[in-house]
This record gives sequence, structure tokens and C-alpha cells, in this order.
Amino acid sequence: MVNNSSAAAPSSTPASEARRSRTPGIGRVLVVVYGILALAAAGRSVFQIIDRFGEAPVAFSLSALSAVVYIVATVALVAPGAVWYRIALITISFELAGVLVVGTITTFAPGLIGLADNDPFGRTSTVWSSYGLGYLLIPLVLPVLGLLYLRRRRPAAV
Amino acid sequence: MIEWFTWVQVVIALIAGLACVVLGFAGKRPNDITLGAALLVEVLLIAQLVVAIIAPGVGNPPTGNLAEFYVYLISAIILVPAAIFWALIERNRWSTVVLGVACLAIAVMVYRMYQIWAVQTA
Repeated sequence: MVNNSSAAAPSSTPASEARRSRTPGIGRVLVVVYGILALAAAGRSVFQIIDRFGEAPVAFSLSALSAVVYIVATVALVAPGAVWYRIALITISFELAGVLVVGTITTFAPGLIGLADNDPFGRTSTVWSSYGLGYLLIPLVLPVLGLLYLRRRRPAAV
Repeated sequence: MIEWFTWVQVVIALIAGLACVVLGFAGKRPNDITLGAALLVEVLLIAQLVVAIIAPGVGNPPTGNLAEFYVYLISAIILVPAAIFWALIERNRWSTVVLGVACLAIAVMVYRMYQIWAVQTA
């Protein structure tokens, strides 16, 4: 039987380092969770805007923005190359900032963006309300995991 | 929606989801148990669809927005077969985890659907 296991170690150029440290399996799970969240955010914000935009225009507009960012992030996580990597980095960082800022406002000062209450399950709640509590804090945890994942698969050129 | 049936769906989806995630991380490819669990969740969703169609006619109308409810329900019904399809094409441990993630998402969505039907006002 031919021994076809690779006896020689791959050369340690930065590019191959990056490839070896990539974890494609868990990356796929990350993409799927991002996709589901993007779908949830998009569906919900489209519905809220069509149905009752007047009730909380700022909140729902933020919701729509977050949906767009999630969709772009999902695509950027899948697409190869340094440009998409940067886009993923930017969108995921934006999401993290978004959920922290909007979460803080909705928890402590909902009136600032015209909300009557801070109920994360209410009519005017969005993906980022109360740090994503209405979505089991997934919008808070996911960008952190996303950034960690991106750090591990950093392309050599970036 | 029917309250007890909601909890049945949520519990089964949670169990299926957790089982698939655990089995997936343990290295198991999609098998009869994991695919069967996802299929069970889907069957319950179809049953939920029937219940939702019939319920308003027999004195159980939603308090919340029916359109919003159906957005969740239809998304859920589409999501599980998509995950099953993925698991059938890519037979590795991560597909099992994906099945689990989908089932867990269904648990959350069914809970949201119940909120819309029975708690939230239109």
C-alpha cells in the first residue's frame, strides 16, 4: 500500500500559515447563523416598516440598516479574498458597535430614539434592542465570534 | 396557536437542536437520528400551519398581526428543509451542527409566533 500521508511539513510562508489556521467547518456554522440572523432581521424590519413605520421610525430604520449590514456580512464571510475580508471586518465591527450602542439606548433611554418602552419582545423592538435580548443575545455574541474567526483566517496581505 | 402544542414544538425543537449540535461537535455525520429529529420538527411545523389556518375559524384568533405570524411560520417551514438538504449534500459533522442550529432557530421562532398570536396586540 502506498504511504500517501504527507511526510514533509508544508512550508511556513505566511499564506500557508493563514490557510492552515483556517477552520472551514466552524466557519460554515458561523455563516449559517449569520444567514439566519440576516433573514430574521430583514424579514422583521421589512414587515415593521410596511406595517407600522410611524410607530417608531428611527428604531425601524435602524432595524433595516442592521438587516442590510447582516446580509453583507454573511456574503463577506463566504466570499474569498482580501477585499471581502475587509468588508467582513468592517460590517461585523459595525454590528458589534450597533448592538452595544442601540442596546444601551434601548435599555436605559428608549425615549432617545422615540421608543415608549424597552420591551425587547414588544411591537417596536428590533434585533438590537436590549443588546439583542429578543434574540437570546445572539446579535451580541455573534459579532464577537465573527471577529475572532476573522482574526484566525487573516489573509497574508491584510 | 394552541398553548400546549406550542410548548411541545419548542421542547422538541430544543432537544433536536441541542442533540444535533452536540452530536455534530462530537464528529457525527448526519444520520437517521439527527435527520429524523429535524424531520420531526418540520412535521410539527406543518401541523402548526394547519392549526393556524383552522384556529381563527373555531374561536381562536390571533391577538397580534397575522401577517407577521405567517412571515415567521413560512420562514420556519422553509428553513428546516434547507438545513436537511444541506445535510444530505454535505455529509460531515458541520452539517449536523447546522441541522442543530436550524432546529434551535425554530424553537425561538415558534416561541415568537406564540407571542404574536397570544400576547402581542395587532
